[in-house]
Amino acid sequence: MWRYTLKRLIQGIITVWFIATATFLAMHAVPGDPMSGDRAVSAEIRKNLEAKYGLDKPLSQQYVIYLGNLARGDFGISFTQQNREVNDIIREHFPVSATLGILAIVFASLGGILWGALTALYRNKLPDIVIMFFVILGISVPSFVFAAVGQLALVKLNDLLGFSLLPVAGWGTVSHMLVPSLVLGLGTMAYLTRLMRSSMLEIINSDYLRTARAKGLPATRIFTRHQLRNAILPVVTVLGPSIAGITTGSFVVESVFAIPGLGRYFVQAVQQLDYTVIMGTTVFFGSFLVLMVIIVDLLYGFIDPRVRLA
Amino acid sequence: MNGPPGVQDGFARSAGRQLLLIAVVSVVGIALLMFGLSWLSGGARISKGIDAATGTVTLALADEPPQLDSTRSTDTISGMVLGHVTEGLIRNGDGGKLLPGVAERWEITETGATFWLRPDARWSDGKPVTAHDFVFAWRKTVDPKTASEYATIFFAIRNAEAINKGQMPLTSLGVQALGDHVLRVELIRPIPYFDKLMVFKSFNPIREDFFNATNGRYGADADTLLYNGPFKITRWVHGAHLRMEKNETYWDKARVKVNVLDFPYFSSDPNALINLYKDGKIAVAGLNQENLNEALVKRWQINRFQRGSVAYMEFNHRKGRPTANLHLRKAIQLVVDPDEVVYRVIKLPGNLPGRSLFPVWLDGVEGKFREEYPAKKIVPDPIEARRQLALAKKELGLNKIPPLTMLSDDGALGDKLTEYFQETLRRELGLEIRIDKQIFKQRLAKMTAGDFDVVLAGWNPDYPDPLTFADLFASWNSNNRGRYNNPKLDQLVAVAQNSTDVQTRMDAFGEIQRILIEDPPMVPTYEPGVVFVVDPRLKGVVRRVAGSDPDYTNVSIVEK
Repeated sequence: MWRYTLKRLIQGIITVWFIATATFLAMHAVPGDPMSGDRAVSAEIRKNLEAKYGLDKPLSQQYVIYLGNLARGDFGISFTQQNREVNDIIREHFPVSATLGILAIVFASLGGILWGALTALYRNKLPDIVIMFFVILGISVPSFVFAAVGQLALVKLNDLLGFSLLPVAGWGTVSHMLVPSLVLGLGTMAYLTRLMRSSMLEIINSDYLRTARAKGLPATRIFTRHQLRNAILPVVTVLGPSIAGITTGSFVVESVFAIPGLGRYFVQAVQQLDYTVIMGTTVFFGSFLVLMVIIVDLLYGFIDPRVRLA
Repeated sequence: MNGPPGVQDGFARSAGRQLLLIAVVSVVGIALLMFGLSWLSGGARISKGIDAATGTVTLALADEPPQLDSTRSTDTISGMVLGHVTEGLIRNGDGGKLLPGVAERWEITETGATFWLRPDARWSDGKPVTAHDFVFAWRKTVDPKTASEYATIFFAIRNAEAINKGQMPLTSLGVQALGDHVLRVELIRPIPYFDKLMVFKSFNPIREDFFNATNGRYGADADTLLYNGPFKITRWVHGAHLRMEKNETYWDKARVKVNVLDFPYFSSDPNALINLYKDGKIAVAGLNQENLNEALVKRWQINRFQRGSVAYMEFNHRKGRPTANLHLRKAIQLVVDPDEVVYRVIKLPGNLPGRSLFPVWLDGVEGKFREEYPAKKIVPDPIEARRQLALAKKELGLNKIPPLTMLSDDGALGDKLTEYFQETLRRELGLEIRIDKQIFKQRLAKMTAGDFDVVLAGWNPDYPDPLTFADLFASWNSNNRGRYNNPKLDQLVAVAQNSTDVQTRMDAFGEIQRILIEDPPMVPTYEPGVVFVVDPRLKGVVRRVAGSDPDYTNVSIVEK
């Protein structure tokens, strides 16, 4: 168990190093740099700027300096927001994205499991057909459409009621969080519903369920202890990547609902060629994703004793 | 047994009850979780767009202000914030007029300027604003260690350029404090628009002791910035919330009619903003093509504003580029129809067809420059265009013009414009256009490297004088990315730069305008504008071409 964990962690560190290096090279390969702006600056000013940010050194040397700083957990100072450290940006904005992401995942997983179980119970009956229709919708419609429609619906709702029941954008209170996190979680919820449904149906025909019924166990006990618990396994497997995916992929929802999350910086940094923020957010999100996958793999062993972590 | 095993009705009912129980428990759990998270995040009050009782106006900011240190700030959002919380020697009044700011009066000659500072100008900590604060800030900007991108704007001041190159000490800068309230500036060449330049944020004062006490974090937070403007920042949660309150130490506080300008939304998403406006949460919002119709249907008061910039198609004049040929450029000029660009492609009020590099708002000798020196209107003429194209082919010794690369920004408008030009040039001239869409910074990098034939570019003015546009195509200007080289134009720019006589300068600009149309290094396409809605209870929102925009310093709330 410990040896396995250690092995996975070392693999993870190598993966993150690879991500950092690839991003570093790709970033410097694109034309332009953080200092290229609307106005062409004179050669002297440019020289001053390059010296200030250490961009006058050869790329290999910049890479070594960069890796050294990375090892100490120092991502440097943003080029566009010149008074803010990348660490501060992550520290201040990741919790917002994480809150949004956690809520979305809670909605998605609970909804997915409930709807999935329901559709399996009523297979090929009306509830199944109706829910599966929405599931297909949820999987095929991209989140920015949900976000825009959700916001429009809020405007109409408030307009109809004559007062603001839920805010249409912004961040800070419970009412701000509800709709964005639902919208963010919808796609994953739909995906999990489908997964849960097929995994439930697989189990219905299994030997151990027949045995449980033959033993005369009460139906509710069979359902919760034997069927649900076993059917949840595949859902847990995809949960790890989903958490990372939702937390890092919230850019669109954050932008539509004017939420001060990290997603905005993740995307804007690339457009502004803000080297330090690109590196910081990519490495941070990369490590987060790697960590999630490791945690899920470890959790798997707890949920399913058949999976042995040697 | 009916149906598949396990789906007997009794089982389904009981399982259904189980699921219901789980569902109820989860809803309660989620509600608790949400309250917990919101409690952790500190909670925020949701305010109305206009709150007359507290004198609060709620607005949205396009983005986090990146740099509030006026010596290093370059962007418009920081410029807007600084315009509200700080004040320079001179400030903008209505209709392009200048009003006294920290300086009570001033005198500008060909060799220098003198400013007499008002004794009642104070910083937000109560101490007076003195001439020394200006000397400190200006030296800081030209200091090579600061690496300010706007240092060049100081180069008319004695020794500024040499200091910026690191050849002279900071103290040799041609600006002195004669006592606490007189500021003396020495110029190496006359700047007829020096008073207008003083509005620019780079010339704002900074107090040395406060700056040094912030340990390099000047302007990074609400409490590491000192205020001498109509408002001061009282709360600044990075990337999320900025709140300005009336500055009680401001010398002209009588003109400030609201108590709070609150910016709890940082967003540039036009739909999010218009939805917030509809919900009564913010007082001002921009409109785009999609929601313009709704605004018209709802009979909202729609405001237009010309940004003061000019968009154009710029040609590459480097050796080997077909666009270096005058006849090819003329052929393209003769088929590009600015009216069509504005009325059929952009389709948003506020935009004007481009006729000249000099936009309509610039002042001339007495009236507007473009009225005194009208730009020759190019009427689309496909027949003449094809004749010019034939001449171009002959001169270039080509049977067919090779495919031209058209460089442009990505984004919705960039897409529409490039497709329109591609189709027009193909239809009228049989030219093949290869579109190269890039994000802004990469477009600039490719422009600088000369990696294009035609580029869709534009220019925002730095100061309200025609010179900010006129020197753009001078051979020595590094913003002349197409490397246009015309000694006649260079000479005219030099005339305008070195004269303080209005008539001489305007004549030079008129001549430059003529050259730019007859030997086109670029074809103007449109003068960008914006349309926006303002809550009818909010009065006095001012939009400005140069300087802090939008300007809310004079707004007031009127009850309907």
